[in-house]
Amino acid sequence: MALDKATVARIAHLARIRVPEEELEPLTRELARILDWVEQLAEVDTAAVEPLRKVMDIPAHWREDVVTDGGRPEAILMNAPRRHDNFFVVPKVVE
Amino acid sequence: MSWVIEGETGKWELVCGLEVHAQVISNSKLFSGASTRFGAPPNSQVSPIDAGMPGMLPVLNRFCVEQAVRTGLGLRAQINLFSVFERKNYFYPDLPNGYQISQYQHPIVGRGSLTIELADGTTKEIGITRLHLEMDAGKSLHDQLPDATLIDLNRSGVALMEIVSEPDIRSPEEAVAYMRKLRSILRYLGTCDGDMEKGNLRCDANVSVRRLGSRDFGTRCEVKNLNSMRFIARAIEYEARRQVDILESGGVVEQETRLFDSVRGVTRSMRTKEEAHDYRYFPDPDLLPLELEPAFVERIRASLPELPDEKKARFMAEYGLSAYDASVLVAERATADWFEEAARGRDAKQVANWVITELFGALNRTGRDIDACPIRPAQLGRLLDLLNDGTLSGRLAKDVFQIMFESGEDPETIVEKRGLRQVTDTASLEPVVERVIAENPAQVEKYRKNPKVIGWFVGQVMRATGGRANPQLVQELLERRLR
Amino acid sequence: MNALTHLTLAQARRLLAAGEVSAVELTEAHLRAIERARHLNAFITETPERALAMARRSDQRRRQGSQGLLEGIPIAIKDLFCTEGIRTTAASRILDGFIPPYESTVTRKLWEAGAVCLGKTNLDEFAMGSANVTSAFGPVRNPWTPPEEPVARVPGGSSGGSAAAVAARLCLGATGTDTGGSIRQPASFCGIVGLKPTYGRCSRFGIVAFASSLDQAGPMARTVEDCAIMLQAMAGFDPLDSTSADLPVPDWAGDARGEVRGLRIGVPKEYRADGMPDEIDRLWQQGAAWLAAAGAEIREISLPHTRYALPTYYIVAPAEASSNLARYDGMRFGLRIEGENLVDTYERTRGEGFGREVRRRILIGTYVLSAGYYDAYYLKALKVRRKIREDFDRAFEHVDAILTPTAPSAAFRIGEKMDDPVAMYLNDVFTVPASLAGLPALSVPAGLSAEGLPLGLQVIGRPFDETTVLRVGRAIEEAADFRHVPHGLAGSEA
Ligand SMILES: [Mg+2]
Ligand SMILES: [Zn+2]
Repeated sequence: MALDKATVARIAHLARIRVPEEELEPLTRELARILDWVEQLAEVDTAAVEPLRKVMDIPAHWREDVVTDGGRPEAILMNAPRRHDNFFVVPKVVE
Repeated sequence: MSWVIEGETGKWELVCGLEVHAQVISNSKLFSGASTRFGAPPNSQVSPIDAGMPGMLPVLNRFCVEQAVRTGLGLRAQINLFSVFERKNYFYPDLPNGYQISQYQHPIVGRGSLTIELADGTTKEIGITRLHLEMDAGKSLHDQLPDATLIDLNRSGVALMEIVSEPDIRSPEEAVAYMRKLRSILRYLGTCDGDMEKGNLRCDANVSVRRLGSRDFGTRCEVKNLNSMRFIARAIEYEARRQVDILESGGVVEQETRLFDSVRGVTRSMRTKEEAHDYRYFPDPDLLPLELEPAFVERIRASLPELPDEKKARFMAEYGLSAYDASVLVAERATADWFEEAARGRDAKQVANWVITELFGALNRTGRDIDACPIRPAQLGRLLDLLNDGTLSGRLAKDVFQIMFESGEDPETIVEKRGLRQVTDTASLEPVVERVIAENPAQVEKYRKNPKVIGWFVGQVMRATGGRANPQLVQELLERRLR
Repeated sequence: MNALTHLTLAQARRLLAAGEVSAVELTEAHLRAIERARHLNAFITETPERALAMARRSDQRRRQGSQGLLEGIPIAIKDLFCTEGIRTTAASRILDGFIPPYESTVTRKLWEAGAVCLGKTNLDEFAMGSANVTSAFGPVRNPWTPPEEPVARVPGGSSGGSAAAVAARLCLGATGTDTGGSIRQPASFCGIVGLKPTYGRCSRFGIVAFASSLDQAGPMARTVEDCAIMLQAMAGFDPLDSTSADLPVPDWAGDARGEVRGLRIGVPKEYRADGMPDEIDRLWQQGAAWLAAAGAEIREISLPHTRYALPTYYIVAPAEASSNLARYDGMRFGLRIEGENLVDTYERTRGEGFGREVRRRILIGTYVLSAGYYDAYYLKALKVRRKIREDFDRAFEHVDAILTPTAPSAAFRIGEKMDDPVAMYLNDVFTVPASLAGLPALSVPAGLSAEGLPLGLQVIGRPFDETTVLRVGRAIEEAADFRHVPHGLAGSEA
């Protein structure tokens, strides 16, 4: 397993987490250590094994198509770091 | 009949597939109980679930599942009894969870097809690759504040069906025909209202070109943001020509996402982000796999309405309509129903003519659709009855139709009140004929040389009777008198 | 009045029912205890006014004849449960100032049962940790820390604040959540009882998600019976959680008193891991002997994929977490650190808003889901997870419950195991397999280490068979007769 700084920087950007340059090296080592450790799973023969998609074998339940929520813009917006009228305000998105 | 792009170095062919996003008709959102109603004040139709608040969990809307299955059946597609909701992870301010819940490896609907009809009367099958359910994102408003973007989450979580076609489309006309047919089917099924202006039906086009006769696929570009039939055709045509120009000048088409600029009529590259997209799809652990009972699907199948293709075939067989008339009438279910009600017990071809020319003309002129039509089908039927029994001439019937369309009154009432009954008795027409001949000796002279001038006399008599005279009878009387 | 905080939850119910104590008196006693124990840092948010108001209303209801299961019982809530109108932090800076406009289903049920909210307890940030040292609000001190030691012991984690609060008699019970051992391991470290129910038993609605396929809420209290009572109030079908099980809620408080005679108890040989401390091994054998003496039959069983459980967990949980925590982006709630543009704002907010361990797990999770690695890591882990689950299915053909140690050690010191994440992860080696399989599991205090720190034993049951788990736990509790109290509290015992 060769996890390098560039990969960690790419992953950090994908996760939108700023990692200061000086932390990249130790972080890469830590992550590499964890990945090395989890790679022991390769030993397990899973050729004919279906991935586990349901923890408990319980039937799904669905909602009926009725309006039961909404109508509370104040509750939705009360925690907004910045708002304008009843909109959230976010940094300018450039297309 | 193939559509080709004439280049400097030869002929090129378009290869195009469409990805359509159709908003599902439902009261509440795909995973929350907030309303889907259009045009509400900002953030007023938002559940904490749609706002991605901590600890909030999605619960699937049963009706939206039914709608997807119904659409799949309408597209003659395979319904997958096992499908999986996955998370498509990316950061965007109108995507509150940081992921869109969509279907990826296991969509609810697999392969299907639809038949398009082209202007030259031919038809063609376009393959459907898949249909899956997913949630819509919120709306960003970029030009309200100078330094910031505003976010409204009313749309966040509304159910969408993404319908992906095979790359079977070979011309802008086919693309539009595909969209129209898809829209027609969705509206028949009641699964999407097809309103492109509201963004309830929108499409991305995957466009590539290749030398005519080649079987290879060229590099494709995805053109986004096509929100009208006209733009679909223009964008595809522009993009295909752009690619031909690049290839002919020795360049390489770069695989990218492009936006259609409807003002300038061009496509332009969306500022390619420095990183490639890596959506990290994985099954949403908050939702169990979507498992359907065969009986669930069969119940929906049993409730399907007659769809446009079947209806068209029936109209041709049952009413003897031409393929063209039948297609026009079945494009909208409401129109087809309107027609059938008017035609019950009558000459269906005549009714079809009146619906297509008079009724559609009037609706178009007034910008109304059939649901807002002031004339009821039975009223048109009775108007035609008056025409057929001689009470009205063709000309009068058209006048009465116009009055019906403006007032909504019954044809009999209009005929009665305005005295529009056709005059068919010789005794009351003869004096008028006499007078017209007496007053126009010069025209009588002309008639001696050119019998076609009789048309002028007919016009005069018609005018003198306020258009009520039976034109055939007038002609007979004139001919007899002038001979 | 100290006596009131030393009651068990069941005893307090009886006194309340008999009118010998009021909810207000009981609540006041606990509020005073909380004030005196602030050095433990067990609470992030204390809610004394709300507690007294709730207690007064409870007394009023009782006068009107209400018989809620937890009527008048003061409890503490792990600060991972969203509580309407009360700041909810998940022990993270990134939720700075967040006040939920909704109530989690589990807490709503607790309040409907009459419980009184004393406050929100400390935890590892986003429940990621096994020592309660990753909290943005500082570490929790284990009340069992020997007085002569200069550095406090950890309470375990992630439900460390709840465990410490229950152990230090600051509440009669507390809620926890358990993803890989976060109820059981701190229960073991703090000498209390903690139960992780079957996945699907308690609604996850309104609980800040860590890893959705593993997270499960459960009770933490000082006796098995108290846990049974609390669980009964917390559990039940919730249409707001798609993974909630639509099953009736048994009368656990009553059923847990049943016998263990005739039950077959499995002892998995793979848990005898290399380097298991002698005292843990001895306690485990002692536990088996107690159950045998009570009439149970002890059988050795095999769970061959046990050793792969931790690595599986450390793929599945971070993968889910990396996605679950994407919503903390500074756009709609919580912390925002304005940057030069949108991406900069995202990256600063999340870079500074999340602590080190959370960042680490998000990055691992992002990596194992990213293009080219999904199959090798994530998909592989889901397949091994099935093998682990199948191990348990097979075992439960031969036994009715499984007995193991809860943790491989007693509480360690704050600051230990910090430099190697994998060493910290090994804390959960015994608890994670049941988490992956979704099974109910309970930790019950069974003895003390040589250093005088509590040690727990774990009982794992079949899916939705909390009843047997509670029964076996109760048999151990009776045999162990664990009467020790944390240092500094002995003098105040009733
Ligand atoms: Mg797409
Ligand atoms: Zn889509």
